[in-house]
Amino acid sequence: MNRREFLQVLAAAAGAGLPLMARAAQAASDWAGLYDAPTFGNVHFLHLTDAHAQLNPIHFREPSVNLGLGAARNRPPHLVGAHLLKSFGLKPGTAEAYAFTCLDFESAARRYGKVGGFAHLATLVKQMRASRPGALLLDGGDTWQGSATALWSNGQDMVEAALALGVDVMTAHWEFTLGAERVNEIIAKDFKGKVDFVAQNIRTADFGDPVFPAYTLREMNGVPVAVIGQAFPYTPIANPAHFVPDWSFGIQDENLQKVIEEVRGKGAQIVVLLSHNGMDVDLKLASRAQGLDAILGGHTHDGVPQPIVVKNAGGETLVTNAGSNGKFLGVLDFAVKNGKPAGWKYRLLPVFADALKPDADMAALIARVRKPYEARLGEVLATTTDTLYRRGNFNGSFDQLILDALMAEKGAQIAFSPGFRWGTSLLPGSAITLEHLLDQTAISYPQTTLTDMTGERIKVVLEDVADNLFNPDPYLQQGGDMVRVGGLSYAIEPGAAVGQRIQDMRLDGKPIAAGKTYKVAGWAPVAGGVQGEPVWDVVGRWLRAQKTVAITRVNQPRLIGIDGNQGIL
Amino acid sequence: MKLQRRTFLRLGAAALGGFATAACWPLRAMASAFDAAFKAPDMNGVFKELGATPTPSDQIQFVSPDIAENGAVVPVSITSKLPGTEQIMVLVEKNPNPMAAVFMIPEGTEGFVSTRVKVGQTCNLYAVVKANGKFYSAMRETKVTLGGCGG
Repeated sequence: MNRREFLQVLAAAAGAGLPLMARAAQAASDWAGLYDAPTFGNVHFLHLTDAHAQLNPIHFREPSVNLGLGAARNRPPHLVGAHLLKSFGLKPGTAEAYAFTCLDFESAARRYGKVGGFAHLATLVKQMRASRPGALLLDGGDTWQGSATALWSNGQDMVEAALALGVDVMTAHWEFTLGAERVNEIIAKDFKGKVDFVAQNIRTADFGDPVFPAYTLREMNGVPVAVIGQAFPYTPIANPAHFVPDWSFGIQDENLQKVIEEVRGKGAQIVVLLSHNGMDVDLKLASRAQGLDAILGGHTHDGVPQPIVVKNAGGETLVTNAGSNGKFLGVLDFAVKNGKPAGWKYRLLPVFADALKPDADMAALIARVRKPYEARLGEVLATTTDTLYRRGNFNGSFDQLILDALMAEKGAQIAFSPGFRWGTSLLPGSAITLEHLLDQTAISYPQTTLTDMTGERIKVVLEDVADNLFNPDPYLQQGGDMVRVGGLSYAIEPGAAVGQRIQDMRLDGKPIAAGKTYKVAGWAPVAGGVQGEPVWDVVGRWLRAQKTVAITRVNQPRLIGIDGNQGIL
Repeated sequence: MKLQRRTFLRLGAAALGGFATAACWPLRAMASAFDAAFKAPDMNGVFKELGATPTPSDQIQFVSPDIAENGAVVPVSITSKLPGTEQIMVLVEKNPNPMAAVFMIPEGTEGFVSTRVKVGQTCNLYAVVKANGKFYSAMRETKVTLGGCGG
């Protein structure tokens, strides 16, 4: 019996509920040294991003497809599986391999357990703060959205959790889908005097006045440091603009350069950008902006073990990306001597729920905020025989479930589902609860639609989304994955020019006709005023009728021209 | 504070409206000189009507969004550091009529304009500056997308 077989037997046994003790004993050695993070230097940033409102530990399968093209080909963050492990010197079959890749996901998940959870994260944050006095906790955004409780409490559960966690500085993206008024209310009431909400790239649409402070200046262990905020630049495009009707976004790198010069002028010796650009945009930005020591990034949900060092006319800038769903805590240390950085260390610490004792206060807070909703959250809709996940450039199995449900319930030939990068994973044999369904769908614009679309229009939509993912210029990417497609099969050539990527579209084996009309189901309309049953009602109804779901085939497009790409298993 | 400022400006605009009719005639006279350029169906047509194809210049700072938040009103701003700047124009390559705006810059005025233009589809936008009788340009691409699906 080799090690993997042994582990599978062990996992099966654990699954049967017998030797939990054995698993704990086995696991103890797995965690040895994991959180030994000796203090380095005198300036410290703790970085959390894209938690997507996951207060409790979850499973999250990292992508098996995350293609990079052009300059991004075969470079982080566009490495998956063994390619990623090799690039960062990580060993397969370890807890870290489980955290950073999808390799052996099911067996690794059974061995190493769930990840994230704010009570576990709180313990880790406290541990890091204890060894790093003065450390700032930065929240890169996408914290207040992604769960039933965040949606039903209008973000309040996450606001309280962030305050209890001790967040010092924040920027945002999905937060804005609660509406500008709600965001302003939280900043003015809950965050007042506690959390600095910063964004250099949001201005009023009429006069171009700044909406939020661009930065915060702090002194840490005698060193003046600045944290500049960069909200998601394409919020009113990727999400409904009607939530932020008076605000204009964009990357705004000219303004960023002015802000950097301003904070340097005020004496900042370390300047970091807390960014929700997405990693590809951050890498390009780092090559242009001068005077940033680091970009602590999020949005694209890339768990990148070490920073990418980008050279520019002003020196060099570290670019990080800290994954998603509360799975990781980034720890960046600088040693500042004579007013200049003399060295740095970075760790992206996975939050293993089995390895960290939950913080009692945070656990109590989570129990309190969930209490009014527990009965609804726990409703079992069906059981899955297969792993359900979303993350990846193309359809995941949970997307397939949503698409199948939409087509069946709406009487559609084709279905589209957004290529969001959030959404947790479920192991085979798991109950699918209403909470799990909301983990995939909890947005403030959940309407489902049924539309007559011509073949030509379908092609336009697929090409448009594909260009947002695969445009060679990162500034023209929006950081989501490809729209999930049900019913229709197609081929895609990611490296082709815009308008020429989507090929060989077929329905039931027959080519799609440009002039013919098809019934297409979808959800999450960005236009205002759209009526339709919420997606969780539609999919929930379908699941209740199924009782057991088996997603044995996921509708993946045929990929063209990606030989040798290390962004695919 | 901001609201007050906005209200004040609105009042100001209303007041200015009264003078506008009197001040309009020279603009109308000038517009006629550009009529043909505004009606030209493509970039070469515009340049033909202007009488010259502009040369690219790094003395023009052209700011436009990478991706338009709303293709119907895309904010653009242009700063010309070229001595003798007389006119600043905005052209949208793939619009049915690329010429979107012309601004006359009187002598001694800062060569800066800011406006909004309609961009029908993803294409290059051009800032064209006439300075000392010669034409110069700067180009930027703006993407127009259906939206959705982000993050």
